[in-house]
Amino acid sequence: MRKTVSGLLPILIPAVSLAVLLAAVFYMQPRAMSYTGLNLLFNLAVPIALATIAQMIIMAVNDLDLSIGTFVSFAACVTAVYMPNQPLVAILILAGAVGIYALLGIVITLRDLPSIVVTLGMSFVWGGLAVLILPAPGGQAPVWLRALMVSKPPLVPMAIVASVVIAVLAHLLIMRSTFGVLLRGVGGNSRSVARAGWSVLALKGAAYATAGIFAVLSGMALVGLTTSADANIALRYTLLSIAGVILGGGEFVGGKVSPIGAVIGALTLTLAGSFLSFLRISPDWQIGAQGGILIIVLALRLVINRRSPQEKTS
Amino acid sequence: MNRLSLLSRKPWTWSFVAALATWIVTILFTGGASTASLTQATLTFAAFSVIVGLGQMLVITLGPGNVDLSVPATITLSGTVALKLMDGQDGMILAGLAVSIAIGLAIGIVNYAMIKFLRIPPIIATLSMSFLVQSTAIWYNRGLRVKPPEELASFTTSSTFGVPNTALVALLLSLAVWWLLDRAIFGRWISAIGQNAFSARMAGIAVDGCRLATYVLCAVLASVCGYLLASFSGGAALNMGAEYLLMSIAVVVIGGSAVAGGNSNVPGIWGASLFMFLVVSMLNTYGFGAGVRLIMTGLIIICVIVAASRPAGSAR
Repeated sequence: MRKTVSGLLPILIPAVSLAVLLAAVFYMQPRAMSYTGLNLLFNLAVPIALATIAQMIIMAVNDLDLSIGTFVSFAACVTAVYMPNQPLVAILILAGAVGIYALLGIVITLRDLPSIVVTLGMSFVWGGLAVLILPAPGGQAPVWLRALMVSKPPLVPMAIVASVVIAVLAHLLIMRSTFGVLLRGVGGNSRSVARAGWSVLALKGAAYATAGIFAVLSGMALVGLTTSADANIALRYTLLSIAGVILGGGEFVGGKVSPIGAVIGALTLTLAGSFLSFLRISPDWQIGAQGGILIIVLALRLVINRRSPQEKTS
Repeated sequence: MNRLSLLSRKPWTWSFVAALATWIVTILFTGGASTASLTQATLTFAAFSVIVGLGQMLVITLGPGNVDLSVPATITLSGTVALKLMDGQDGMILAGLAVSIAIGLAIGIVNYAMIKFLRIPPIIATLSMSFLVQSTAIWYNRGLRVKPPEELASFTTSSTFGVPNTALVALLLSLAVWWLLDRAIFGRWISAIGQNAFSARMAGIAVDGCRLATYVLCAVLASVCGYLLASFSGGAALNMGAEYLLMSIAVVVIGGSAVAGGNSNVPGIWGASLFMFLVVSMLNTYGFGAGVRLIMTGLIIICVIVAASRPAGSAR
């Protein structure tokens, strides 16, 4: 019994904060409580949720990706420029980019490099490539992608359906599959995973490649929503994705991550933005209030986790 | 020979080798015509990265997960408030400096309070803080561009004995931090905390006091940098700190300090700061477009890191 409670606790807190925030939005703007309203509120959450899952996979192996934002921008640029007319070229470029991600994971493991610095360097590279591909904002979304992102399934808006699908798929991949268990094992104790006969090198490469795939999907989803791209379109995703993972109960070390929590974290962050615009806060304080919400939600964790105080070394 | 091999074992050697190589390549391209001006510009701009980098280095020394993302916002707020307060009057220069240091103190204390009492991981705590600080700067600034006091502006843009004044200030601060890190007990303490916080506590080190002091020091250095930077560039801008987020982390790591904490060095900050500015000016000299310049910068950073690394599993 106790085990189930403590297993649910990490997801419970983000879920409760999301519900409270949503209730506040509904209270202020009852018209948001509709199909269209919900869709508008959560529309931009889909690409953020995908980027957050990508970051979470990197964090599961104890690394941190500071290039997610520029990489998603890069993927969005490739999608907007090549996908409509030369889909094959676009797919080749994106597959190559995922290959580079796998290579990064391998190099970082082989040479014992700090992931923060390598991805910091890569953020320049992706940014540069994005500028080369799309020097000025523009491009267009492929018809099928646009149709998918604005489609209207019955009863539940697309944004919610997509978020649930992402959460369930990521949950199955990371929490239920052998691959996911091994990944979190690498984060928890890579030496014992190696002793058990697995190649940490291959696992890290696979982790980075999987994260790359999710980040590519994030870029594509973003283009589907915005119908165009520019080289800076998703720069803030780097920090948003890290915040989303932490909000969702994930930790920086030890392979402790929660895919469902991460998606909820991404939804919460998206909603915080809408919430602030409903509050009619002066634009000067928009970013600041977002910081405030982040602090409050994380402080809630402390209140609820107080029962099991433990020494934090980080 | 013996001395040379000793030097090659220092973690910061690589950053200076890379900086020197970039400097030579740039000079070669221009045929030696711009040697003096390039060196001047490099020292001036590297000085700002050094000042911010020193603070970031101390924080990173504290161990895994410790990093201060509020640095750019602190730079912006300190520059904005100090310049508005001084309002171009020479008599207010010291008051402006005092206010910007006070801003640094306050931000550092709040940062650590969130880390300690709300148990928020440092990355997220300082990130949230940076949002709040940035908003304050936007609210306070209101698009105003106040000119710095004449004397302060001419101080930051001129040189003494051929060395830019900003570089001299950075040198003084570096010596202070070097003394703190390598000669004073404080340095031993924060290195010990970075290597193993639990053992450090058991050994009787005031872990919380040390960490608080480190975060405060980092914020103060960032605000001093903001004060100088705003005076140097003739006014504060809301995005003036932006590039120092990545820069401050990059110079620490390229300089050979351990990202996992517990082992840092001051000279490397200088090597890496000079190197980072030289890379940009080299690529500018060669006339590359923005895209290629970004790609080359990234690849060069990665190459330096790979070159300075050792295969996994070897003794550190």
